[in-house]
Amino acid sequence: MQALTFKRGVHPPDGKALSAEKPIQVILPKENSELFYPMSQHIGAPCEPLVAVGDHVKVGQKIAESPAFMSSPIFASVSGEVVDIRPMLVPGGATVKSIVVKNDGKMEEIEGLNQGRDYTTMSNEEILAAIKDAGVVGLGGAGFPTHVKLNPPKDTPIDHILINAAECEPYLTCDYRLMVEEPERIVKGLQIMLKLHPGAKGVIGIEMNKPKAIESMTKACEGIDNISVQPLVTKFPQGSEKHLIYAITKREVKSGALPASAGCIVDNVDTVVAIERAICKGRPLMRRIVTVSGNGIKNPGNYKIRIGMTLRDLIDAIGGFNEENPPVKLIAGGPMMGPTLYTLDVASVKTTSGLLCFTKEEAYIPEERNCIRCGKCVDHCPMGLMPFMLNALSLKGDGEGFVKHHGLDCIECGSCSFECPAKRQLAQSIRATKKIEAGKKAAAAAAARAKAEAEAKAKAEKN
Amino acid sequence: MSNFVVSGTPHVRSKESIQSIMRDVIIALIPATAVGIYYFGIPALITIVVSIVSSVFFEWLYQKAMKKPVTVSDLSAVVTGLLLAMNMPASSPIWMPIVGSAFAIIFAKQLFGGLGQNFINPALAGRAFLVASYPTEMTTWTAPVGFSGADAVAVATPLASLKTGVMPDATLLDVFIGNVGGCIGETCAIALIIGGIYLIAKHVISWKIPVIYIATVFILTAAIGRKGLRVPVYELFTGGLMLGAFFMATDYASSPVTPKGQVIFAIGCGLITTLIRIFGGYPEGVSYSILIMNLAVPLIERFTEPKIFGALPKVKEAKKA
Repeated sequence: MQALTFKRGVHPPDGKALSAEKPIQVILPKENSELFYPMSQHIGAPCEPLVAVGDHVKVGQKIAESPAFMSSPIFASVSGEVVDIRPMLVPGGATVKSIVVKNDGKMEEIEGLNQGRDYTTMSNEEILAAIKDAGVVGLGGAGFPTHVKLNPPKDTPIDHILINAAECEPYLTCDYRLMVEEPERIVKGLQIMLKLHPGAKGVIGIEMNKPKAIESMTKACEGIDNISVQPLVTKFPQGSEKHLIYAITKREVKSGALPASAGCIVDNVDTVVAIERAICKGRPLMRRIVTVSGNGIKNPGNYKIRIGMTLRDLIDAIGGFNEENPPVKLIAGGPMMGPTLYTLDVASVKTTSGLLCFTKEEAYIPEERNCIRCGKCVDHCPMGLMPFMLNALSLKGDGEGFVKHHGLDCIECGSCSFECPAKRQLAQSIRATKKIEAGKKAAAAAAARAKAEAEAKAKAEKN
Repeated sequence: MSNFVVSGTPHVRSKESIQSIMRDVIIALIPATAVGIYYFGIPALITIVVSIVSSVFFEWLYQKAMKKPVTVSDLSAVVTGLLLAMNMPASSPIWMPIVGSAFAIIFAKQLFGGLGQNFINPALAGRAFLVASYPTEMTTWTAPVGFSGADAVAVATPLASLKTGVMPDATLLDVFIGNVGGCIGETCAIALIIGGIYLIAKHVISWKIPVIYIATVFILTAAIGRKGLRVPVYELFTGGLMLGAFFMATDYASSPVTPKGQVIFAIGCGLITTLIRIFGGYPEGVSYSILIMNLAVPLIERFTEPKIFGALPKVKEAKKA
């Protein structure tokens, strides 16, 4: 089958050989270790604790939730005592109120767990409720609540459900391992999603550099009419939602719009497995696959961890740092888009897909030089932006010009910085300005809304 | 206390650097430089060496004097010096490349902010400055006598003959391999084409500017013709067209970044070159055409911004009531 792709993009060295052939290994938190459950591990309203300090919690117990639709509950992944509720650092760099559970090592499960159901006999509402009640969010990185994504507005019919198996970030191999080891669960998860949208077809998009995954998924899909595997050109950022949709359907998601507007729902491989677990196994989201890689650790590989473990406990459990060449940089996620960590005392969350330990050589930061206007950033920007210009506008503090030249459409993939021969921090400066301008835009919208409301009220009072 | 490095994304970078790009440009110029020295002998070698050394020196001097970080190791001054020499006659007195380099590096490049900030091509600015200041020296061409020891007699360039309506003595093969009078680096079309193909293959330059520039000159020369002569193929290989199209018009800082802009820029260069060659006062128009189009770059870029992915349909702004 012809491999599909999008326009522009880059080819970073992939670094996947370090962990690609390491089977997924289960890591259980040590007895007496503390696990942290931050109240916000998703896009939307933060949760509120359902437990108090001193409470005993069991595996699979819902310990926090929010009444908001756009939110996702949080579950204890071990049994033990709630010892504290305090702020804890999460991989994105924020400090979030977290429930601290001291693991008693018994792994006592709460009653009612493991009651799998046959999805074919469930109504759509039941399926969506079950997914919400299992705390499933997009595990690819964004953490968008899955029940919201699967339930788009009625006026946007869905004709494609795409499984994002591109895994275009260098080093990361967790999705690859899942496809090789548990393809039938991915297919099952996708079938559940397709039940919600019977008119849609399911497509699993996999980059060509994972022939084993393509083979295993193709085999698992055999005999299923509405699911197919689509090979994709190996190119970054192939796994960007908008670019995956374009590659497979040739539709462009309009600026500022959601994938549903293009008739698509896109979910990551591990998310689909989480859906399958939630429905068929009756287990909420308590674990995830993490690729730990880089030359700064002893045993790079793919690990199935309990969400809530600190990254320090994870590193200790897998053999620790490489003493001869210890890491100088820690990255949560892939090297193109993952934020750096300044400490290992960070809670793993639902969206933690990778932890990279880069050695001095891997972490080398070249010196920034003058922009030579070579235009490589423009040639490679998957969004068709002019990053060198946005960089200049950012440095000048010209937010208005930045917005005018579509700076807010940047997906922060870092292709521009990767290509730049002058080694400029293009993505970094654009991200910073984006934050400022997006904040201004939101504030202006809120002000306009408030004004309109006040006017309407005044008008009503007059009458 | 931790000592982990914290930095913005991405954490991996391509191997390419300014230095590697400049090195590729120098490699691409080696065939033309070698042929120039082969045809024009020791004087050509001296002009090239003096031009490169003085360019690097002036860059170093300016940056030292202004207490800026010295960046001569990026090789961009070497490229400027080499290109300037390629655009000068071999018979130039030794001080001329020095004066030209000083103008190119200090006035055209550094005063506007250094690398990448110059709005015109520094080597061409240096050349234009020399042509304006020392017209005799800059338009005295010698025959390609090489290292034969024969006196380098003054000759007319093929373009100068064409200008007077006379078909030059040099054959098509002569102009193709560079066995004619002219600037050191401009005469051998084949060497320049090889260098240009190298740059395109290495993704240092895009094919757009050189190919469209040359094609425009070809089409216009064929269409307009001059005083009874209509030899468009011959004209392509004469003068500085190949050097200009592959190495001067493609200067990053002074050519458009946008793909559509590059097309407009190249057509503009071709148009002005042909107009100067056929109707202008000078026999050759390559350097002025590029300099003029350099000035139009900001305007061209403004109107050729690429369409973004997922662009919204243009909404006409409602007229203010």
